[in-house]
Amino acid sequence: MSDKEPAAGEEPVRIPFMQRVLDNHFLLLFLGVVVPTVLYIIWGILELVQIPVAP
Amino acid sequence: MSKTLFRTCPTTGLKIDLSAQALIKANAVAAVVFLAIGGLFGLSVALTRWPAVHLLPADWFYLALTAHGLDVLLLWIIFFEIAVLYFASAILLNSRIAAPRWAWAAFALMLTGGLVTNVAVLQGQSTVMFTSYPPMMAAQHFYLGLILFAVGALIACGVFFGTLVIARDEKTYQGSIPLVTFGALTAAIIAVFTLASGAIILIPTWLWSMGLVSNIDPLMYKLVWWAMGHSSQQINVSAHVAIWYAIAAMLFGAKPLSEKVSRGAFLLYILFLQLASAHHLLVEPGLSSEWKVFNTSYAMYLAVLGSMIHGLSVPGAMEAAQRARGFNKGIFEWLRKAPWGNPAFSGMFLSLVMFGFLGGISGVVMGTEQINIIIHNTLYVPGHFHGTVVAGTTLTFMAMTYLLIPLIFQRQVAFPKLARWQPYVFGLGVAGISLFMMGAGTLGVSRRHWDITFATAPFDFNYPPTAFLMMALNGMSAIAASIGGLMFIVIVVASVFFGKPVRDKIILAAPSGQPISGAVATYGSAGTLRIPGTLVLVGIFFVAFVLYYFVNWKYLSEIWPMR
Repeated sequence: MSDKEPAAGEEPVRIPFMQRVLDNHFLLLFLGVVVPTVLYIIWGILELVQIPVAP
Repeated sequence: MSKTLFRTCPTTGLKIDLSAQALIKANAVAAVVFLAIGGLFGLSVALTRWPAVHLLPADWFYLALTAHGLDVLLLWIIFFEIAVLYFASAILLNSRIAAPRWAWAAFALMLTGGLVTNVAVLQGQSTVMFTSYPPMMAAQHFYLGLILFAVGALIACGVFFGTLVIARDEKTYQGSIPLVTFGALTAAIIAVFTLASGAIILIPTWLWSMGLVSNIDPLMYKLVWWAMGHSSQQINVSAHVAIWYAIAAMLFGAKPLSEKVSRGAFLLYILFLQLASAHHLLVEPGLSSEWKVFNTSYAMYLAVLGSMIHGLSVPGAMEAAQRARGFNKGIFEWLRKAPWGNPAFSGMFLSLVMFGFLGGISGVVMGTEQINIIIHNTLYVPGHFHGTVVAGTTLTFMAMTYLLIPLIFQRQVAFPKLARWQPYVFGLGVAGISLFMMGAGTLGVSRRHWDITFATAPFDFNYPPTAFLMMALNGMSAIAASIGGLMFIVIVVASVFFGKPVRDKIILAAPSGQPISGAVATYGSAGTLRIPGTLVLVGIFFVAFVLYYFVNWKYLSEIWPMR
């Protein structure tokens, strides 16, 4: 999302970076799915598949 | 496209899409029905665990335990959360709801799935408990029902995200979305991960039950299943924290102390809260300590930091609002003069305190790899999650219902004197359930065993007599909680179906002259940090937290001497 559109004759208002991140709902959705998928599921599966099969 | 119909709420001034209103009603009613069914099963479980009563035979006990977990942990809570998502998007943003037909399809899928799973459990061939670990196999339609429910809930989340897009494109709000909607967004994001994980593991398990897949690896199942099983409770946390802010705003006109900080705390939830699922696998030998410690003792603590920020911010916002209204005498006049007779406030405040002291502190203890070993797979675990999911989420949802009845159902709350007492009766019962189960678990009582006397077992084993006392007190607390639950059901049914219509503005408890929508439906902060009463309460919490944490390390050193 870009900075707020200025009214006629006004300077554009600079929106802080974190506010722009928090206003980007689909970026948050992406992060909220990818972070646990990588750190919990994929990392966990990688450890489980390395367990040797009992003879 | 059909024209969207709106009404204007005389109390809040909010523009309400009638399709969204109908969907909120349908999801909330379905939620309460499943709460009633699941609560009944829960009472029968607690009475069986009370050794002097021992109500059910073993096969019925495990059946009731399975149904209790499914009906209250999944169906009651997620139906209500979908109602919250529609409320926080379409209603608070003054927007039309996206794709109402898809929202109704989602509701139909969820309802069908919930009923099918219940039928499967009651038929007696799916007594696999909420976790349904392989190699235990349930009937095919048990898994199918869960999959239908998950797909329906995912579609409902899609409707929520679509409504956010519509509201932004049609400029129904200015700047950023309000904090309550941001909390609901957090819940929806966690729900997407949760439900997708559920589908990923339940679809192959369903195929396995049909004989199309030869084997489901139990450890792989546990890993992925808990991404659903525990994260579904993190949807609850996000949703009920959002509702705490909503109730504070609607009753006091309270704004968060700092909207930026509170949104940052929700961001910690989005990034780290789901990783707490790992604490269910802390004693699994196949996973490394690095995986366990990172996911629990590092990432989970960042999510706990988020909860502690909310634990300061919500009462702090109420204190700031009360002080602005002139309740400045001493440290606690703002709290003494709070509307304790209003069930929306008392339910919310009780849940805030109990969630922190019972569910929160015990959750951190359970999430620590070393001290988890003391209580792993004991009754401490359900004691903890009754502190989070029942004292925290369910009591909060009950409190919110007392506002939804006049604002969305447009009915007066029936039996107001009964309603005044209901949160206290239910809260007292739930606090007892949580405390006494944790007490029994600390004494080693097994989490899932039908009979703690082991009367029919080939070997003798005796728990200490205090454990029996704990189980009796747990049974009595369950009776109190069931009475509170029954009071809630009676009030809701009487209000919704037979209550007097609300046509004019109603008085909640907000400061006169300030529109409620100004606090709950806009972005902004209280702009003060003069909250001495809240700081004292937070100090008490920290002392309790530190003491309890170290008591558990001391306990570990006694049962596991290092010589």
